[in-house]
Amino acid sequence: MSVNVRIPTILRTYTGGKAEVPAEGATLGDVLADLEKNHQGIAARVLDDQGKLRRFVNVYVNDDDVRFDQGLQTATPDGAGISIIPAVAGG
Amino acid sequence: MRCVSAPLRWHDLPTGDPQGLRERIEAGPNSIWRYAPLLPVPADVASKPNLNPGLTPLVKAHRLAGELGVTGGLYVKDDSGNPTHSFKDRVVAIAVEAARAFGFTTLSCSSTGNLAGAVGAAARAGFRSCVFIPHDLEAGKVVMAAVYGGELVAVEGTYDDVNRFCSELIGDSLGEGWGFVNVNLRPYYGEGSKTLAYEICEQLGWEIPDQIVIPIASGSQLTKIDKGLKELIKLGLVEDKPCKIFGAQAEGCSPVSRAFKDGHDVVRPVKPNTIAKSLAIGNPADGPYVLDIARRTGGAVEDVTDEQVVDAIKLLARTEGIFAETAGGVTVGVTKKLIETGQLDPARTTVVLNTGDGLKTLDAVAPTTGPTATIKPSLDAFRAAGLAG
Repeated sequence: MSVNVRIPTILRTYTGGKAEVPAEGATLGDVLADLEKNHQGIAARVLDDQGKLRRFVNVYVNDDDVRFDQGLQTATPDGAGISIIPAVAGG
Repeated sequence: MRCVSAPLRWHDLPTGDPQGLRERIEAGPNSIWRYAPLLPVPADVASKPNLNPGLTPLVKAHRLAGELGVTGGLYVKDDSGNPTHSFKDRVVAIAVEAARAFGFTTLSCSSTGNLAGAVGAAARAGFRSCVFIPHDLEAGKVVMAAVYGGELVAVEGTYDDVNRFCSELIGDSLGEGWGFVNVNLRPYYGEGSKTLAYEICEQLGWEIPDQIVIPIASGSQLTKIDKGLKELIKLGLVEDKPCKIFGAQAEGCSPVSRAFKDGHDVVRPVKPNTIAKSLAIGNPADGPYVLDIARRTGGAVEDVTDEQVVDAIKLLARTEGIFAETAGGVTVGVTKKLIETGQLDPARTTVVLNTGDGLKTLDAVAPTTGPTATIKPSLDAFRAAGLAG
């Protein structure tokens, strides 16, 4: 499956400044692995030492927070838009 | 996003002369700027255009204490007295100084209402403002956010949707020159909440209370109050003593409370459904830090139902004459629950935060509040209504 991944400003050092990059994978975990292949170092900013999503990173597949879905096992259909967003405070 | 050099430096804390610092603070302005040496702001901050929030009342709540059975001293830190009637003026005041130093021309935020009003008002210091809120906020907060003349954008979605949108906007060229107080100015913004800790301790005669009950939306405020207390200890302005920090949420949006009770260190997001809209953040960014602090200090995170929130608003109003917004109902309601469940010691000095004004959330109490009687303008009618004596 081909998907587009939106990269937050803080991680664009890994993508040569690109705000959006293509990636392949049937699940979010696969997509992040593919992202790491082409942009070395980025996965460690999104995943912790146990390979789980970091507490302070939110990932959306087609507007849905993957924590409401299957986490890294969330399906990533062909053409899906994936957003990686650092958690921010509000109120 | 533009790249800039650090415009405002974080000062080293002025250690070494606690008595001199205490006197300097006490002689300072009647606003948060009395603590300027402890904040990332210019030394002449008090002379710049700003809303100058802070130094709100710390009310000794005798009658509320009596009803709740608190014997160790109960205080309400009533932040509804700030210029736009919520604690958000504190955080925005610091963010405005940072925005000025960075050269941002537009002041913005994602907001559950109070922050939008605070940003709208603060922007009158010389910024364009454009703030984003969920489309279904209370009328009082919408009007308050709009009246200052900046742009107000209602987004179809929850606060978490608004926040996500703002995060994407700021990473896009569309957000060039924009200072989002709670996103790209967040490190400065957060420092404003420390002033709550400073004021509470100063108003208690430079003493740390034994227990504090704080509302949780994103969790930022609670973490910064903890930081403020630590700084006061480090500076020698207060004696080092334990302070249990309690977090308060509404049951309809209680991801941090749930995680605390389940023993988790990760907060699972929820879809908010509560009248406490100023706390309706289903994916709280600082939730994990709140869990750490509550556990480290021996506090807890608890939640109450919407019905309990309304009852607590009325209880605070009836006993102390303070009309709190729903977030204040949450903290008072949670305090009551913490006492009933033995989690909070009624024999210890306790401070409860009210972070906003009840006039902004009239909808929450209007269905169960109104005139005692409607009568003709005559003494007979008054007597007949049973109101004499």
